[in-house]
Amino acid sequence: MGSRIRERRVIAGLKQSDLARRVGISPSYLNLIEHNHRRIGGKTLIRLAEALNVAPAVLSEGAEAALVAALREAAAWAAAGDTAGRPMAEIERTEEFAGRFPGWAKLLGDLARRREALEATIKALTDRLAHDPHLDASLHEVISTVTAIRSTASILAGSEPLTPEWQRRFHRNIDEDSARLAEGAEALVRYLEGARDAEADIKSPQDEVHAFLEENGFHFSALEGAALEGGGGAARIEAVLGRSQRLRTEAARHLARQMLRVYVRDARQLPLAALGAALAAHGPDPGALAEALDVDMAMLFRRLAMLPERVAGPVGLVICDGARTLLLRKPVLGFAMPRAAAACALWPLYQVLGQADVPVRLRLRQGEARVIAYAVSEEVAPARFDRPALRRPHMLLLPDFGPGSDALAEREVGVSCQVCPLAGCAARREPSILGGGF
Amino acid sequence: MAGKVVLVEDERNIIEAIRFLLSRDGWEVRTHSNGQDAVEILRAERPDLVILDVMLPGKSGLDILREIRADAEIGAVPVLMLTARGQLKDREMAEHAGASRYMTKPFSNTEMLAAVRELVAG
Repeated sequence: MGSRIRERRVIAGLKQSDLARRVGISPSYLNLIEHNHRRIGGKTLIRLAEALNVAPAVLSEGAEAALVAALREAAAWAAAGDTAGRPMAEIERTEEFAGRFPGWAKLLGDLARRREALEATIKALTDRLAHDPHLDASLHEVISTVTAIRSTASILAGSEPLTPEWQRRFHRNIDEDSARLAEGAEALVRYLEGARDAEADIKSPQDEVHAFLEENGFHFSALEGAALEGGGGAARIEAVLGRSQRLRTEAARHLARQMLRVYVRDARQLPLAALGAALAAHGPDPGALAEALDVDMAMLFRRLAMLPERVAGPVGLVICDGARTLLLRKPVLGFAMPRAAAACALWPLYQVLGQADVPVRLRLRQGEARVIAYAVSEEVAPARFDRPALRRPHMLLLPDFGPGSDALAEREVGVSCQVCPLAGCAARREPSILGGGF
Repeated sequence: MAGKVVLVEDERNIIEAIRFLLSRDGWEVRTHSNGQDAVEILRAERPDLVILDVMLPGKSGLDILREIRADAEIGAVPVLMLTARGQLKDREMAEHAGASRYMTKPFSNTEMLAAVRELVAG
């Protein structure tokens, strides 16, 4: 990180003394930081990022780690589909490649992400064709009409004579069905043209919602504080949704609306001012904050993750459902999260699925990334005789620094099995391109 | 008279075409458009063959077929399923539910007549 800070300072044309003064630290301390003799985080990282006019994640190891992860995923995809026995990419030299040829590495990473997005588009379109009830009904209407026309025309064209009455009836039927067929075909063309007019990379509703959250920095000031007084939450939510260019489908707007309703409910329970004051007093310690504020931990996780980074520092959050599907991903500090594939089963996120009332806190090591993970399971629907209780595990991710973190247990985790180097992992469900014998 | 056929189909002009076709071939044809009470109608009519569309109002053709096969009185009647969906999984579902034969729309009249004759002849 220090090298990156020095690089950015040089790009900005600042002397060490200038930057140190802006951040409120001594030039000698900044020198130690730039030469990687001191680790920083929290407010110092944020002040440095502000002074250098970049996002904190750019200074942290996030950007490079994400690129290396993207390159490994690209190699894994190529290896999985290769049947011609072509030489594999030199996986063990991925970091070296990214360091020596950052431009090419970024290009490869971008191409891999583009390929993934296109595959998701194809899948979304295929799913739409297979499962869209409107399309299904339209196609059924067209085929039924064609069937009637074909059968009737075959009778009229047959060699056996027909009475005038039957001829009239069948001609009328063909006339009726022809008109229905024309309408049905026009409706299908309109429907499919509507799909073509949409942006080429049609995303799933979940992707659209993720893009919407990223677009807003996972924070909605319009849904905080005084804006919610007098029951204005619903109208404010619709206004926020209406302003977004990322939510193109009704399904995505529905999901986003549900998410924002939870946001508003959380904001009313734990207003920004109260959370800000508690953060100033206790720092970003979820346990201490929950105790001081006397609030539910899952709700506290969501509030922390939805704060602007300048207030709470870098905060990551993952939420899944009982089927382990990721519902929300807010990455942080180089801790990679799969976009669509199943995540690493060793994440404490899944641990709390099986231990509803027992929160978990531990240090996670994922490649070069180090975070402190806090996991808790929230009940979203109580048990009934016709179904079990429905729970949503939450996993909060904070930088690995700060008092007391060294006392925590540490666990090495991956992103997903395909690109995970952990050998002998009991949770592995498929071979990794990084392991021996692949 | 070749035998009695009950056609369970909700498209009026398909009904008219098939009824004309089969009647001209010597079959007694009864028709019914609603899936909800189709099984009761079949119990009353005791046909030699049922032509059953998959997509019906009230109850799906596959559900009706399962009820037919579970019925002690009419469970053995040959059933020709008609559907607009020709994928393998749809065919497999129909066979699994007990269809004697499966025909995708649009069908040819020759194909329809041949299927009816073969299924009744056993």
